[in-house]
Amino acid sequence: MAGATRVPGFCRDCLADAGDGPRCAACGSPRLVRHPRIDELSVAHVDCDAFYAAVEKRDNPALADVPLIIGGGTRGVVSTCCYIARISGVRSAMPMFKAKALCPNAVVLKPDMAKYAAVGRQVRAMMQSLTPLVEPLSIDEAFLDLTGTGRLHGMSPARVLARFAAAVETDIGITVSVGLAANKFLAKTASELDKPRGYSVLGLEEAPAFLAPRPVTFIWGVGPAFGGKLARDGFKLIGDLQRADEKDLARRYGAEGLRLWRLARGIDARSVTPDREAKSVSSETTFDTDIRDLRPLEQTLYALCEKVSARMKQADLSGRSVTLKLKTADFRLRTRSRGLDSPTHLAARLYATAHDLLLKEVDGTPFRLIGVGLSDLSPGSDADPADLVDTSTQRIKATETAMDAVRAKFGAAAVKRGILLDGPVRGKPSGR
Amino acid sequence: MKLTIARDELLFGLDRIVRIVERRNTIPILANVRLAALGDALELSATDLDLQATTRLPASVGSTGETTLPAVTFTDFVKKLPAGADVTIETGKTESQMVIKSGRSKATLLTQPSSDFPDLNVADCPWEVEIPATVLSQMFEKLAFAISTEEARYYLNGIYFHGLQLGEKRILRGVATDGHRLSQHDLVDIAAPAGMPGIIIPRKTVAEISRLTKGRGKELIKLQISATKLKVTTGTTVLASKLIDGTFPDYTRVVPQGNNLVAIIDRVDFAAAVDRVATMSSERSRAVKFSFKPGRVEISVTSPDMGSAIEEMDVDYDGDSIDIGFNANYALDILGATESDNIRVAMADAGSPTTFQASTDGAPSLFVLMPMRV
Repeated sequence: MAGATRVPGFCRDCLADAGDGPRCAACGSPRLVRHPRIDELSVAHVDCDAFYAAVEKRDNPALADVPLIIGGGTRGVVSTCCYIARISGVRSAMPMFKAKALCPNAVVLKPDMAKYAAVGRQVRAMMQSLTPLVEPLSIDEAFLDLTGTGRLHGMSPARVLARFAAAVETDIGITVSVGLAANKFLAKTASELDKPRGYSVLGLEEAPAFLAPRPVTFIWGVGPAFGGKLARDGFKLIGDLQRADEKDLARRYGAEGLRLWRLARGIDARSVTPDREAKSVSSETTFDTDIRDLRPLEQTLYALCEKVSARMKQADLSGRSVTLKLKTADFRLRTRSRGLDSPTHLAARLYATAHDLLLKEVDGTPFRLIGVGLSDLSPGSDADPADLVDTSTQRIKATETAMDAVRAKFGAAAVKRGILLDGPVRGKPSGR
Repeated sequence: MKLTIARDELLFGLDRIVRIVERRNTIPILANVRLAALGDALELSATDLDLQATTRLPASVGSTGETTLPAVTFTDFVKKLPAGADVTIETGKTESQMVIKSGRSKATLLTQPSSDFPDLNVADCPWEVEIPATVLSQMFEKLAFAISTEEARYYLNGIYFHGLQLGEKRILRGVATDGHRLSQHDLVDIAAPAGMPGIIIPRKTVAEISRLTKGRGKELIKLQISATKLKVTTGTTVLASKLIDGTFPDYTRVVPQGNNLVAIIDRVDFAAAVDRVATMSSERSRAVKFSFKPGRVEISVTSPDMGSAIEEMDVDYDGDSIDIGFNANYALDILGATESDNIRVAMADAGSPTTFQASTDGAPSLFVLMPMRV
C-alpha cells in the first residue's frame, strides 16, 4: 500500500502514528483511530461514561463487577446505570421498579450529587486547560472547540483529545467518550457511537450517508410531536429530508425547515460558546409519594426558594418574573408566572409570590413535582431596591444577608427558617 | 324586540363601552354586549364582572325587549356600515337570533339570553360628589403612571381616593404608588363629602373614566361612592365598578417633610436633557446620575455595554454637593406630569426619597421618587 493513500490516524494509548496494521506498531495496542480528516477536525463532544455509576465504582472497588443503578427513592427513576446493568436492559429514566425487575441482583445507590458535582468540576477543569472554548451541557458532558490550539499543544486537536481521555482515566479514575467532528451536531452524534471509552470521528463528507437511515427524531429539537408531524408529511428518516427541496421545507416549516435541511446534511453553524448567559434560574423536586396537602408543599417550596435565591446571589443576578411549576400525579404540568415591581434575589420575596401562586393550585389534586424559578434577569445590583411603602424588603435583606454569612462560615444547615423545622418533603432534587 | 337607530350613534355608543369586554373569557356571555330597547332609547351594557358600562342612545323603538350579542363581531359589522346610514335591529325567526339590517346589508347574529347577563348591583351609594371632567381627568393623568402592576400588592393596583382636612378645608386627594414612585394630587376646590371612606379605584376603572371624561370640558361628572363600589355618571353613560378591597398603606409616612437640599430647575430643559442622556442608559435599569453642585447640575450615564453621555445645566441650587441616581423613565413621567415652568427638587441624601413639585405656591401635585444606586 502506498504511503500517499494511507488513512491518517494514531494510537489512542501512545499517540504514535497508526501505521497500516490492526495494532499499534509502537505499543501493540489495538486502540487505533483513523480518519481521512483526523488532523483537521477540531470540534469535540466529550461525555463521561455512566458518570454517577463510574464515580461510585471508583470509590468502592467492591462494586466494580456488579450491576449498579444510581437512582432516587422508592419510586424514583434510574438516573444512571452501569454498563453491566445495561446488559439486562436497564436504561436511565426507567422507573426503578421496572429496573429492579429486569436486574434483580443490581446494587441500587441514591445519588450523591455533591460528590458527582465535585468530580464533574475536576473533569471540566481538565477540559479548560486544553481550550477556553468549553461549553458545558450538563455536569458530565461538554463541547470543546480546539480550533487554533495546534501550536500551543504541539499536536493536532485529535491527539490532544486522546491524551485528555487517557489523563481523565489515570488522574480521576473514570472513562469518557469523545466525538470529534466539524461541528457540534456531528460531534455529539459521534460521541454516542463508540461508548464506553470511545473515540469516534465523523467528517462532513460521510455525514449525509451516515445520517440518512436515522429517524428524523435523531435531530436535536425534533421531539415526538414534531417528529410525528414530519412523518405524516412523508419525512420519517433523515434521508427523506435530504431529498427534500430547501425552499419546500422553508415553506412548510419556516426557519425550522431551513434548520432541518441543513442538519440533515450534517451542517451546523452554532459556535461553541462558554458560559452561555442564563435566562432563568430554577430548582425542582420530585416527591417520593404524591402530595396534596398545602403544608408539605409550602415547606418544599420554601426550601427550593432558598436554593434558587442562593444560586442567584452567588451568580450576582436578580429576576423579576417568578414561575411556579407543578406536575400532577397524572403528569399534567401546571406553570404559573407572576411579575414583580422590582427584581429580587431574596428567598422570602420569591417565596411570597410563589406561595401566592401555590395557594390557587392546592385544591386536593395530588402533585408529584414542585419547582420554582426566577426569570427576566437583571444584575444583582438591581435586586430589591428600597421601597417607598414596603419597608419589610430591607429588613428581609438584612436577615438573609446575616443568614448567608452564618451559612458561609458554619455550613448550609447552620441556620434554618422556622417553616423548615418539621422538615421539607424528601424527594429527588434536580434542576438547572 | 325591534328598533331603528342611526349607525353613527350606535357606533359611538359601542365605542364607549366595548373596551371593557375582555378578549379572552372563560364565561362566554362576558364577550357579549347587552341591548335593551326601552321607550325611546337603546341601552347598551358591557361588563367584566368588576366593571360595567351602560350607555343610553336615542332610537325609535318598535317593540321593547332585551338580548345580548357578541361584542366584537357586532361592533365590527356596525363599523363597516356606511356613515350616515340607519340600522334596524330586530328579533329573527327565533329568540336566539337577531337580524341587523342597513340599506341592502343584512346580518344575522346568534344571541344569548339577557337574563344570563350579570349585573353589578350598585344601587346603594351613600356618598356623592360632582367634579368637572377636566379636573377629574387631570388628576388621573398625574396619578395613573405610578399605579403598581404587581399583583401580589393588589392594594397598590389602583388610585387611593379619599377626603382629608387641609387647613380650613376638607378636600379630596388621590394617591398612587408602586413602591418606586408616589404621586399625590389634590382637588383643592372640591369639598369632600362628609364621612366618605377612602376608596381604591382599580387601574382599569381609572383608564375607563379617563376615556369617558376626555374632551368633556367643564361638564360635571357625578361620582357616587360606597365602601365597596363606585358609580360614575357622564351624560347618558354610567360606569359602575367594584373597588379594591384592601388597605392602602399610610402614604403620609413616605412623603418626606424635611428635605433641605433644594434645587429649582427649568422643567422643559431638564426633561429634554434627561431624555437625551438616558439614551445611553441600559434598557433594564434606566439609571441616570444627577450631580448637584452650587449653581449647576450634571446629568450623566455610564453604561458598560453602550457608552456614556453627560450634560450640564444651570440650576438654582446652593446646597452641598450631592450625587443621586434616578430611573430616567420615572423622572420623565414626573416632569411630564408637572405643568409649571420650574420644578422644585428636594433631596435629603442619595438613599432617601426625593420630592418633585411645581415651584409655584400651592401646587396641587406632589411626586416622591426613590433614588437608585449609581
